[in-house]
Amino acid sequence: MLDGFAALGHATLAALQKLGRAFLFLLATLGGLPALLPRPRLLLKEFFSVGVLSLLIIVVSGLFVGMVLGLQGYVTLSKFGAEESLGVVVALSLVRELGPVVTALLFAGRAGSALTAEIGLMKSTEQLSGMEMMAVDPVKRVIGPRYAAGFLSMPLLAAMFSAVGVLGGYFVGVGIVGVDEGSFWSQMQSGVDWREDVLNGVIKSIVFGFVVSWIAVFEGYDCVPTSEGVSQATTRTVVHSALAVLGLDFVLTGLMFS
Amino acid sequence: MRASRAQEIWVGIFVAAGIAALFMLALSVSNYTSYTKGGQYHVIVYFDNIGGLKIRAPVTLSGVTIGRVADIGYDKEKYQAKVVLGIDDAYPILTEDTQASIYTAGLLGEQYVALELGAEDQTLKDGDRIYHSQSALVLEELIGQFLVKLTSK
Amino acid sequence: MDAHIRIEGVTFYRGDRMIFDDISMEIPRGQITAIMGPSGTGKTTLLRLIGGQLVPNAGHVYVDGQDVAALSRSELYTLRKRMGMLFQSGALLTDLSVFENVAFPLREHTRMGEDMLRDMVLMKLESVGLRGAHALMPAELSGGMARRVALARSIALDPDLIMYDEPFTGLDPITMATIVTLIRRLNDAVGITSLLVSHDIHETLSIADVVYLISEGKVVERGTPDTLSNSNSAWVKQFLQGLPDGPVPFHYPAPSLAEDFLGQRDA
Repeated sequence: MLDGFAALGHATLAALQKLGRAFLFLLATLGGLPALLPRPRLLLKEFFSVGVLSLLIIVVSGLFVGMVLGLQGYVTLSKFGAEESLGVVVALSLVRELGPVVTALLFAGRAGSALTAEIGLMKSTEQLSGMEMMAVDPVKRVIGPRYAAGFLSMPLLAAMFSAVGVLGGYFVGVGIVGVDEGSFWSQMQSGVDWREDVLNGVIKSIVFGFVVSWIAVFEGYDCVPTSEGVSQATTRTVVHSALAVLGLDFVLTGLMFS
Repeated sequence: MRASRAQEIWVGIFVAAGIAALFMLALSVSNYTSYTKGGQYHVIVYFDNIGGLKIRAPVTLSGVTIGRVADIGYDKEKYQAKVVLGIDDAYPILTEDTQASIYTAGLLGEQYVALELGAEDQTLKDGDRIYHSQSALVLEELIGQFLVKLTSK
Repeated sequence: MDAHIRIEGVTFYRGDRMIFDDISMEIPRGQITAIMGPSGTGKTTLLRLIGGQLVPNAGHVYVDGQDVAALSRSELYTLRKRMGMLFQSGALLTDLSVFENVAFPLREHTRMGEDMLRDMVLMKLESVGLRGAHALMPAELSGGMARRVALARSIALDPDLIMYDEPFTGLDPITMATIVTLIRRLNDAVGITSLLVSHDIHETLSIADVVYLISEGKVVERGTPDTLSNSNSAWVKQFLQGLPDGPVPFHYPAPSLAEDFLGQRDA
């Protein structure tokens, strides 16, 4: 019985400690970001590996999600004779929810895990330590650019996901099941509000980018520097990111659309 | 440095595509265009009953959207609903005897404010009031009246 | 003699395990000092204490008269610019070419033009004999080459102290001889203070000016290679001649066999 409490207490304290480390690490990372401004080239490579390499999966997933929404939306809406609202349904689902959330989940799997593994391996091969001995702060030189590339890419990727998704929905809705093209677009435009829906979706994706990139770089930096430690850290990145994204999505949705 | 040039190009494409996607969401998916057509001027109209009218509902003239409902409130002195209409500056043509009515798009659709021009020469300025208004038709009331007529015969 | 590094009464724990117990040593300037001892005696830890990556639980580490643990972050970084450290793994940045690896400290800490930087990097690579390999990636290098590149990188800023962490481990005899020569040459040519951590007896004794033997958190013996070779101490003899058992026990501390096999298990 007492052992159980002791284990619980130990786990709680360890979790709090880790949270504390994560916050201090975030502060250090953010503090190091201004050092990037005179050297934008450092960002380039990270933008490539974080953003460009995620492009394909985001675009393909967006297309399919939009096409599925087109089909499902049509089936449901046609029961009420409201097929011409298909455009609104597809666009609102994408812009408000699926765009930011699915992009963040895919991003955690594609780019987040890669960031964690890369940083973790740099740690276990003493590259970070070696940098410190060369009087170069790895938080500024290694973490900063990766973090910045992560949270700058996310809103762009989410916007692409939604845009491609709308095209997918259009392709299925207008091209295949035969919703009127004019009412598809006009209903969409009158039903989707730029500030309420689109901008709030963008804000969501910025928050997700911030959090997922934070988790990814922190798990890499904080991992146990062995092969096992790196693999566990990579798993944790994906799991924690997914939980954080879905939880935050609920909170943000409550705040924004209540 | 060759590899870095290819990366530059790709990152350029990536950023451009992201921004293009945002533009598409703004321009062809949402109503962003209605935000940007210059300024608006406001006119006030009082209704006995606004039904389900919402802020940002369209304001139309001959079926063309020329503005949005900017604010809705209750006037405690007039005992009426006070609706502020934001009209695009491109339409400074509303006469002083314009009539405002609340209609419903389709049987169950969204409610909107329809304007009809009168015959006066003077036009409305920012802050002016539209005196002629027709309240929303509430479906239950209509059915009620219909039933009363039926039974009174 | 002028001491470049002075270690005074340093005690260090890793978790509950004591690594150093009130250890004191002096590293003379401009000479090659070797620190030797069995694996697991915290030789690498000692280098990290000197580099300020770890802080001792008690005692002080002075480099050039500055107490490393008391320095502010920026002072510590200034100090590190004058230190080079050669990691056992090389610790090359795997996403950069050999050229960029050597250029890395220069790009970070100096504002020299691209032409001058190029000359500088090629010069450093030339001094380790790898100018021709400047376009390769670290993954294409053999272990010995990686270590030589790392050496070129650690001397890029012309430090006055280089720390070598196990520079001979895992190398073939030819590469090992190359590294030995390089260390000696760097020391003779520019008078760099070299601190060498190793358990390769032959190579170490052949180049060191001063040798410290440490074991179980204490300095066991200090002297020139000659005095050590002629030492009468049983421990020194065991270590230098590589005998499996002696004052350094073969067995990790454990309860007696009988206790372990027959006694009750209280896990």
